[in-house]
Amino acid sequence: MKNRLKVLRAERDWTQAKLAEELDVSRQTINAIETGKFDPSLPLAFKAARLFDMLIEDIFQDEVNS
Amino acid sequence: MNKTNAETKTNKAYSRDRVSEAKVIYWCLAWTLATAGATFGPELWGYGTLITSIGIAIQLAIGFGMIWTFKGFLLAMDELQRLIQLEAISLAFGVGVVVGLSYELLEDVKLITFEPEISHLIMLMALTYMFGLFLGNRHYR
Repeated sequence: MKNRLKVLRAERDWTQAKLAEELDVSRQTINAIETGKFDPSLPLAFKAARLFDMLIEDIFQDEVNS
Repeated sequence: MNKTNAETKTNKAYSRDRVSEAKVIYWCLAWTLATAGATFGPELWGYGTLITSIGIAIQLAIGFGMIWTFKGFLLAMDELQRLIQLEAISLAFGVGVVVGLSYELLEDVKLITFEPEISHLIMLMALTYMFGLFLGNRHYR
């Protein structure tokens, strides 16, 4: 699964630590999601969508459909 | 230099994790001491039934306390950290069952002359668990 977390974070000039705090996860988790090593759970994806005020599918894309 | 709010909060979360880890370590230490007491104590007090039973009951109670604390430690983690723990625990459990049975079999078919010790298996599982954590953290870093 691809995601735009890194881009969205950069647009806001946020560090991984800042995003981790906002989503209440570790910085390691943010890094693993950004590098595509780990796919977040649905609740975490919803949390990210709420944080960036976007739809989940605008942040996370299934690679099969892209 | 002033820290940002996020850095301060992350440091607080980091401190919470450290406190949670410390609790698990203290419980493990207490359980190890209780196990040593229950193992070697009876020799000191002449295998008295009541005091030996109390020693084992204490060891068991501390063991359950350790399990409960570890459960809390896992629940306090985020989903990636929990996945790393799950993979490490699965590896340790799998290796423990497979190697443990083969180890027991070695004695049954007389390929080894000594009695297999449960402590060897526990050491193997502990080392496998630590190796699993190392692999997981390296993979998801």
